[in-house]
Amino acid sequence: METGTQIGQAGIGSERSDYQLFTYDEGIVRMFVWATAIWGLVGMLVGALIALQLPFWPANLGEYLSFGRLRPLHTNAVIFAFGGNAIFAAVYYSTQRLCKARMFSDLMSRIHFWGWQGIIVSAALTLPLGITTSKEYAELEWPIDIAIAVIWITFGVNFFMTLKHRREQHLYVALWFYIATIITIAVLHVGNSLAMPATLFKSYPVYAGVQDAFIQWWYGHNAVAFFLTTPFLGLMYYFLPKAAERPVFSYRLSIVHFWSLVFLYIWAGPHHLNYTSLPEWAATLGMVFSVMLWMPSWGGMINGLFTLRGAWHKLRDSVVLKMYVIAITFYGMSTFEGPLLSVKAVNALSHYTDWTIGHAHAGALGWNGFMTFGMIYWLLPRLWRTELWSQKLATTHFWLGTIGMLLYVFSLYTAGVTQGLMWRAFDEAGRLTYPDFMETVVQIVPMYWVRLIGGLLYLSGVVLMLINMVKTVQSAPRELPDPAFALPATAAEHSA
Amino acid sequence: MAKQFIRTDGVHRKLEGWPLLFSILIGVSVLVGGAVEFLPLALVSSNIPRISTVTPYTPLEVAGRDLYIREGCNNCHSQQVRPFRDEAERYGEYSKPGEFVYDHPFLWGSKRTGPDLARVGGKYPDLWHVRHMEDPRSTSPRSLMPPYTWLLRKEANLEVLPAKLRALSRVGVPYSEDDIANATATAQQQAQQIAAGVAAQGGPAGLESKEIIAMVAYLQRLGKDLKAAPEFQQSAGVTP
Repeated sequence: METGTQIGQAGIGSERSDYQLFTYDEGIVRMFVWATAIWGLVGMLVGALIALQLPFWPANLGEYLSFGRLRPLHTNAVIFAFGGNAIFAAVYYSTQRLCKARMFSDLMSRIHFWGWQGIIVSAALTLPLGITTSKEYAELEWPIDIAIAVIWITFGVNFFMTLKHRREQHLYVALWFYIATIITIAVLHVGNSLAMPATLFKSYPVYAGVQDAFIQWWYGHNAVAFFLTTPFLGLMYYFLPKAAERPVFSYRLSIVHFWSLVFLYIWAGPHHLNYTSLPEWAATLGMVFSVMLWMPSWGGMINGLFTLRGAWHKLRDSVVLKMYVIAITFYGMSTFEGPLLSVKAVNALSHYTDWTIGHAHAGALGWNGFMTFGMIYWLLPRLWRTELWSQKLATTHFWLGTIGMLLYVFSLYTAGVTQGLMWRAFDEAGRLTYPDFMETVVQIVPMYWVRLIGGLLYLSGVVLMLINMVKTVQSAPRELPDPAFALPATAAEHSA
Repeated sequence: MAKQFIRTDGVHRKLEGWPLLFSILIGVSVLVGGAVEFLPLALVSSNIPRISTVTPYTPLEVAGRDLYIREGCNNCHSQQVRPFRDEAERYGEYSKPGEFVYDHPFLWGSKRTGPDLARVGGKYPDLWHVRHMEDPRSTSPRSLMPPYTWLLRKEANLEVLPAKLRALSRVGVPYSEDDIANATATAQQQAQQIAAGVAAQGGPAGLESKEIIAMVAYLQRLGKDLKAAPEFQQSAGVTP
């Protein structure tokens, strides 16, 4: 991928006209990496607090820190602050290299960075104050929604102009996934956020009832698809072959699974509304497309895991590859579980229970979290040009995270199935076995404690990563000049 | 044909050199599914059959609904009864599309940490709700729900209601100009009635200006319209 000649410390004394010189903006990547780790810690701390609030209600600390207000803060923080900054770090690092071009505008990159952090801070302030639209993963009120659209478009323009000025003829598969992300998130965000303001902090969506529910889950499901899946697949396609020092397993598979994933995912939203007042034909369409999605999803998993063919021995020494293997395995598991849960007969049992939360965290902790950690451990020595402070600490992070998420996921599977079965249980006389809802709640409280322990283990791994980061950065050289490259002018030409 | 497309020197390889066309094709691919599913919902009225008794929320109920949203009640309570025997036994008649035509936003929820609330209107007296919000364990021992004591303390903002009803009317809720102009007074009147009832049942006096009364008004409305609908009287037999 990087065939440009890196210029050594001495540099090329005179700029020769038949060479094009260019640098990569690594400062922006370092900023996004820091933001990823710090917001990850914050978002998961809030997660631990709300996990405690479920079995132990006195942990609801008054008006501003009660479960109903903090749960959206947790989801927004981990998806858009932790996940978002991780995506941007990956995009800014890999796009420049895949295009052999610096990002189009350093200013736009900084506007993107600081604008996004400002949006996160405004979310952290407004959500505890109870300023919310109530729509899941789209809780932020209309002024912030406008800011998100502006910053996202800034990001998009910066990205597409970089593509336009690239020095590489063909777009690598990671870039396809980034393009799909940028376009689709813009469409989803605008489509779901259309609302009529009543005051500065209160608006009502233009859609009502059934239509609002449909639009919300068209958005909600595809936020999972195009914010937590496609950009992370792009990340995988760039960083996994780098870390494994192996080319991607199959070019053809990447074409087939990319286009089928992008086309099919959008249809799957209504599986969140099985057996509700949404017309049945829509829910059935959602279910059918969800089941079809299994294949393109596993296409990504297979392309990832098979890239390691002949390189499995490298796992022993590479915490990065260990992280990626767990991440891709969890991707495969949760993209099998997703279609399973969308099947009406299963959904009738699982819906409204903790099974859904377990499923979401298999994807979030396993796939998104571990892909991000792997990327960070791979980037740290490269971005700060020094050794990782402690491999041992990183390996401990790996094990704490793995054990933590297994405890987390399996406790919630147990809680979900248990409660779902209790809700529908009838005795011989044809009466509800558990007519008092409370009985079905008390039953699963022990599982809530196990989930909290699992979450805390996972969180402690993130703390170790932050310590490792701080220590690594402390040992970095004082000056970190942007890496410079030269390409013969003829090789740098491309047809846009 | 397909093989030529995905060959390493095939058509797709060419496409990878044209980011603009590549992006347009992605845009088209992602728009198809949403359009095919949403347009019939928006355009074909038989998808959402109307129910004669479903009317817009009163101004006080709008205020209460916005408190329900502010506190994030929908994070733990659904408002959607599925057409299953156990849910009919536990909650009542299953939910109909026509019940939600004035719901901006919808509040169906996706998790039942607590029970469904679609049919909670009229299930308990007003005083029960006041006690329950103040201290959930006073009415439901072993409950996990947080207390919402501040609802009994804070003044409800009813002055903002004309602006809220105006915005709702702009997205299609049929409030008249009079409804909008008198929203605050109408809400105060309803609040006084409810507060007087709470005091008469032995609850605290002087709640008429507090947020809790708006919340009670909203909760007591849930499911009421369907229960009043003549077309669903027969199947109401499963409701306890």
